[in-house]
Amino acid sequence: MVGNVAEAEDLTQEAFLQLHRKIDSFRGDSAFSTWLHRLAINVVLMHLRKKGLSLISLDEAMEPTLEEGPGRSFGAPDLTLAGSIDRLALQRAVANLPAGYRLIFILHDIEGYEHNEIASMLECSIGNSKSQLHKARLKLRDALRTYPRQEERR
Amino acid sequence: MTEDPSTIGCAAFQAQLPELIGSGVDIGTHPHIQTCAVCRALLADLEAIAEAARQLLPIVEPPDDLWKQIESKIKDEESSSKQG
Repeated sequence: MVGNVAEAEDLTQEAFLQLHRKIDSFRGDSAFSTWLHRLAINVVLMHLRKKGLSLISLDEAMEPTLEEGPGRSFGAPDLTLAGSIDRLALQRAVANLPAGYRLIFILHDIEGYEHNEIASMLECSIGNSKSQLHKARLKLRDALRTYPRQEERR
Repeated sequence: MTEDPSTIGCAAFQAQLPELIGSGVDIGTHPHIQTCAVCRALLADLEAIAEAARQLLPIVEPPDDLWKQIESKIKDEESSSKQG
């Protein structure tokens, strides 16, 4: 999620320290694993905010912007990606996503969490989770469509 | 000014896409998808990205000494809280 092994280790350590500090507040309302995962996600979110990374607000309006709206996908239907996604290119594109989009994309598409679980973990609406995931995938599509051209220039 | 009906159709359809995809319904049977090559290509790409993402789960094992570091920090915190 942070794209850096050393940072991930630091955050793992911080998550366990938080667990030790907050274990008394676990009431058993959810599975312990869900509670721990949420705690770990919060540690990552706080870290990303401290770093001032481009974390898209989870309260972001659902209205599409000019930059990210549906109209952006019009045209060029010949440039379809299906069946030809390069794993390395996808990894790079995911790493370059804004932190908020990357977080939801990783939770849903890579780790397999459902929108209701993500909404609960991140304290956002289910609709917001769906919207952010969709925008993340659109950004990845744009990035992947330019990837072959970037490779050809090398 | 008269707007192109096909553009309106795509815009309206794509605005619904996050909800349609998230709800798990079979979008392939949606009337707009049946007639619009652009949106069909978009949907195919988004599905391909989601499919490819499932292969990306990184398996990074933490280093052996990480737990010792955590244990040490917890002990430090406990001893400092007892002193405080």
